[in-house]
Amino acid sequence: MLELKNITKVYDPGTVTETTLFKNFNLTVQDGQFVSVVGSNGSGKTSLLNIICGSLPVEGGSVSIGGRNITKVKEFRRHTRIGRVYQNPSMGTCPSLTILENLSLADNKGKPFGLTPAVNRKRVEKYRAQLADLKLGLEDKLHVKMGSLSGGQRQAVAMVMVTMSPLDFLILDEHTAALDPRTAEIIMQLTGRIIAEKKLTAIMVTHNLRYAIEYGERLLMMDRGGIVLDLAGEEKQKACVDDVLEVFNQISIECGN
Amino acid sequence: MDVFLDTCISTLTQGLIYALLSCGIYITYKILDFPDLTVDGSFPLGAAVTAVLLTRGVNPWLTLAVAMAVGAAAGLTTGLIHVRLKVRDLLAGIITMTALFSINLQIAGSNLNVERAMKTIFTSKLAMGLMGSSTLMLRKLVISAALVLVVKLLLDLYFRTKNGLLLRAVGDNDNVVTSLARDKGSVKILGLVIANALVALCGAVVCHEQRSFSATMGTGQMVFGLAAVIIGSTLFRRLGFVKGTTAAIVGSIVYKACIQLAITAGLPANLLKLITAALFLVILVAGSTKGRSKARA
Repeated sequence: MLELKNITKVYDPGTVTETTLFKNFNLTVQDGQFVSVVGSNGSGKTSLLNIICGSLPVEGGSVSIGGRNITKVKEFRRHTRIGRVYQNPSMGTCPSLTILENLSLADNKGKPFGLTPAVNRKRVEKYRAQLADLKLGLEDKLHVKMGSLSGGQRQAVAMVMVTMSPLDFLILDEHTAALDPRTAEIIMQLTGRIIAEKKLTAIMVTHNLRYAIEYGERLLMMDRGGIVLDLAGEEKQKACVDDVLEVFNQISIECGN
Repeated sequence: MDVFLDTCISTLTQGLIYALLSCGIYITYKILDFPDLTVDGSFPLGAAVTAVLLTRGVNPWLTLAVAMAVGAAAGLTTGLIHVRLKVRDLLAGIITMTALFSINLQIAGSNLNVERAMKTIFTSKLAMGLMGSSTLMLRKLVISAALVLVVKLLLDLYFRTKNGLLLRAVGDNDNVVTSLARDKGSVKILGLVIANALVALCGAVVCHEQRSFSATMGTGQMVFGLAAVIIGSTLFRRLGFVKGTTAAIVGSIVYKACIQLAITAGLPANLLKLITAALFLVILVAGSTKGRSKARA
């Protein structure tokens, strides 16, 4: 279970540009829940993810996973049990390493990085099968450098890499936003499948209202550092794009956009 | 003809010895993407320590190990300044380099010569036993080549280990290292430690070869190393299978050959650094324009 309690986040404290994004922000996500988060730019979606991952410090409040307070835990240590896929497809992989080398790195997460050979030949078939699952023809490109793949292919590999090791949390940060509609659809289906198969707890930020409705058991809409809509269970299943869009437009009008 | 051959051998030897340094720079510049100015201090540091140990009659091979250890310490210092104290990469290197200048003076003074009677790796028992019948010049060539080969093979092996792959990943996209729940700072520090150990090893071998240390011998070594690495990678750009370490070694030899050519052509020694800078500029511009046109293709 993820718990954010009384989170306060202030940008540029003590300067003229000081802005308070979160004030006493609370959020609880149950194990195994797949939460989609929507909201306009600047509503605090990405800040929320950064606070969970530890790449953004908070001015007050606490973050805990599974009852353990991790507010002071360093970013890289939190990643032991957190996986994150970024909006920018080049963020999740090493461009000058091959697909095989990238997968080998991910496969070794949580184990010591010692002086044994990086690529385990026995695992290659497993990698090949995982890539074949993506149906992007990547299984024949194991020795191709990551940098020469398209954004969608890179994002798919990033997705595989992140979900290779056991996770408490999967964080998807607008991970289809930089892709063309068809590729976005493929990646989104892949995401849904992996989350269901591995029974992952996931938080997905997206600008695509349809994805937010179609995927996940819970839908959050954020506005100016607060949650304005929280649908779960049956309510969520009944919701359609138009309903959500209406709320979305309302807050946008209030903001003067 | 003999003079020509001698010049060729000595130039090749120089290129091979300095290849140890360019392999170090290959790690910081190419793999870590870290402009490491520590080099201008850790190179003479290796030489200073070696000069002092040699004059005291210490086993010449042992001096290489000691030089590597102090070089590693210099790299560690820069790494800690950069990662833990959050000083920018270039400035972290400059701070260590500046401090090392004084430290080197403390260790060995401004100049230190190693007497003829003292053994170096080129006149050690091992060297004499294996090839005592050949000339000193030839021994220098073979021993330098062997040293470089060992270093190159060890590095190539290392880059294929899990730890080595993590090092390559941190320079490529340090975000991935964080996602692997590893501290990217520690990995960078490790890279700087290995690189500066190699640079100091190079300083040590140069000291064995020249039988002297001078406090100013570090000036411009970073630029030399960069030039060697860039020459190497530009030469082999189209040949994907050539390893980065090989390219760095070839780059070093080509560079030393260019300098030797300039000297043979009658260029005054005082202009050498100017030529170095000009050559470096030409290589940089040539290398980057080629790279750009290829990236677009």
